[in-house]
Amino acid sequence: MRGYVLKKVGWSIGTLLFVVVFNFFLFRLLPGDPIGLYTRGRNMSPEQLIRLRQQLNRPVGEQFVEYLANPFASAINSTRFNRPVWEIIGERVWPTVLLVGTAVLVAALAGVWLGIRSGWRRGSRFDRITTGTTNTLYAMPEFWVGMMLIMWLPFFPSGGINSVGVSGFFATAADTLWHMVLPVTALAIVYLAEYTSIMRASLVDELRQDYLTLARAKGLREDLVRRRHAVPNALLPTMTLIFLNLGFVIGGAITVEYVFSWPGLGLLTAEALRGPDIPLLQAVFLLFSLGVIVFTLLADLLYAVLDPRVSTQ
Amino acid sequence: MTAIAWQRRRATASRFWADFRSHRSALVGLGILLFFGLVAVFAPVLADPAGLDVTKATAPAHAAPSADYWLGTDQNGRSVLTLLVHGTRVSLIVGLAATAIAIVIGTIVGVMAGFYGGWARSTLMGFTDWFLVIPFLPLAIVMATVLGASLLNIVIVIGVTSWPGTARLVCAQTLSVRERPYMERARALGGGDWHQMTRHILPNVMPLVLAHVVLTVSVAILSETTLSFLGLGDPTRPSWGYILDNAYGTGAMSNGEWWFVLPPGLCVVLVVLAFTLVGRALEVVLNPRLREGS
Repeated sequence: MRGYVLKKVGWSIGTLLFVVVFNFFLFRLLPGDPIGLYTRGRNMSPEQLIRLRQQLNRPVGEQFVEYLANPFASAINSTRFNRPVWEIIGERVWPTVLLVGTAVLVAALAGVWLGIRSGWRRGSRFDRITTGTTNTLYAMPEFWVGMMLIMWLPFFPSGGINSVGVSGFFATAADTLWHMVLPVTALAIVYLAEYTSIMRASLVDELRQDYLTLARAKGLREDLVRRRHAVPNALLPTMTLIFLNLGFVIGGAITVEYVFSWPGLGLLTAEALRGPDIPLLQAVFLLFSLGVIVFTLLADLLYAVLDPRVSTQ
Repeated sequence: MTAIAWQRRRATASRFWADFRSHRSALVGLGILLFFGLVAVFAPVLADPAGLDVTKATAPAHAAPSADYWLGTDQNGRSVLTLLVHGTRVSLIVGLAATAIAIVIGTIVGVMAGFYGGWARSTLMGFTDWFLVIPFLPLAIVMATVLGASLLNIVIVIGVTSWPGTARLVCAQTLSVRERPYMERARALGGGDWHQMTRHILPNVMPLVLAHVVLTVSVAILSETTLSFLGLGDPTRPSWGYILDNAYGTGAMSNGEWWFVLPPGLCVVLVVLAFTLVGRALEVVLNPRLREGS
């Protein structure tokens, strides 16, 4: 167990290093004058420009060492908001966590339920309809679902997180919930497809196992065989995959937040690339990659805790 | 010798087709793909390319569907149907070309890693795992921003970001093929690395990759739509995502202009679904272990 944990943590640290290096050099590939890109739309004195140019004229190696020292304290402000990038990102994290967290929770619960029902009676009419629907939902771009929802359900607010003029804790919370209905639905519809197919596949994998035959042989009702034996085992890989997906899910929220003007990290990304606001884009990209690494590590550790066979192999 | 080989190949092909035909959903998918393929090939005949030019548009902007404009017009008075027909071309070209890049990179990395094993495998697969970790859409956005908006760049961005899945699959397959007796025979007869890889490993790995290729195309088309929607596509080559971007940007949803929002998305769903159905069926046909209920 200890060796397994060490191995996984070591891999995560290595990946983190790769991502930081990649993040540094990718943005050095930018065509054109970096000064122009970094300062677009801002008034800067000639002295400031000279200082910036001197910074960028140093050897790449030296700049890289400086970047490695603290990638989260970007010295350069966002060109769009004219404030340190990590300060802006800090304000935008919670709306995304709220939106994505709710959508994942709703989609996971519904997806697991649908997956169990269709996987257990594989090939039944319910299964065929569910599989057909999930395939179709999977093919839909999230943002298009969002646009259709806005068009056809005009009584829900089409954007933002709060209406103007709402005050008080409970009134604000209720208003936020009201604003969340459409974006959460759009995200959940697309995630639902993924979770349903994962759960169905895991359950189908368990169907031919001997312990199910044993459970039936000792006289358990079909219902109990499913609930007590098949589902708990099928949930293992599903849980891990859902966790593993979390990091990628945040990236998927970009277009939905953009469509609904939801003030989170996704909308921030969309705003950053309209400039383009290079320092901001660089920081957001680093954060997204970091999210995936952390959730991958958590998924690996969770799996080892839930299924001891993994860590002893 | 060759006559026998051809006879065998023909028998395999007809058995494959019979197997494939038994999947009804796959045939539906194939039909949809055929339809969109024909639309893409004959796009200039079906809709005059001059209709894409903003300066030559004569119709009123945001017009509802009528006898002249079956699917109404966009914010510049261009026919949405014309945009759709020509968008088919862009979406399919980007999807296929990006997949080709991804498959070539993925196959080279996968075969090398699987064939040489040892430290080559740990290095290459470690690199692949790193690329798998970088979230796809943010990476594509950053690369598209860095490279600039053009059709070729979109193809490169999607191709370069979608190879890791292929590499893993090919590596796993190569590892299992490498241990088979006919590889030993090839080595004993003096076949070099290159000969073994191209003559023995590739032909045995390719069938499984084929199903993966088809599924990759559907992901690539979805990615193209997303990137174009975010304004990173080629503005001179309207795609389905570009139409949706314009619809969103000019408030088509709040004005209830369904003809501007619904059709492009429906096209994306149909094509992606068709590729998915065909890909899943190919997986089952080519890999009997996946066959359920047997």
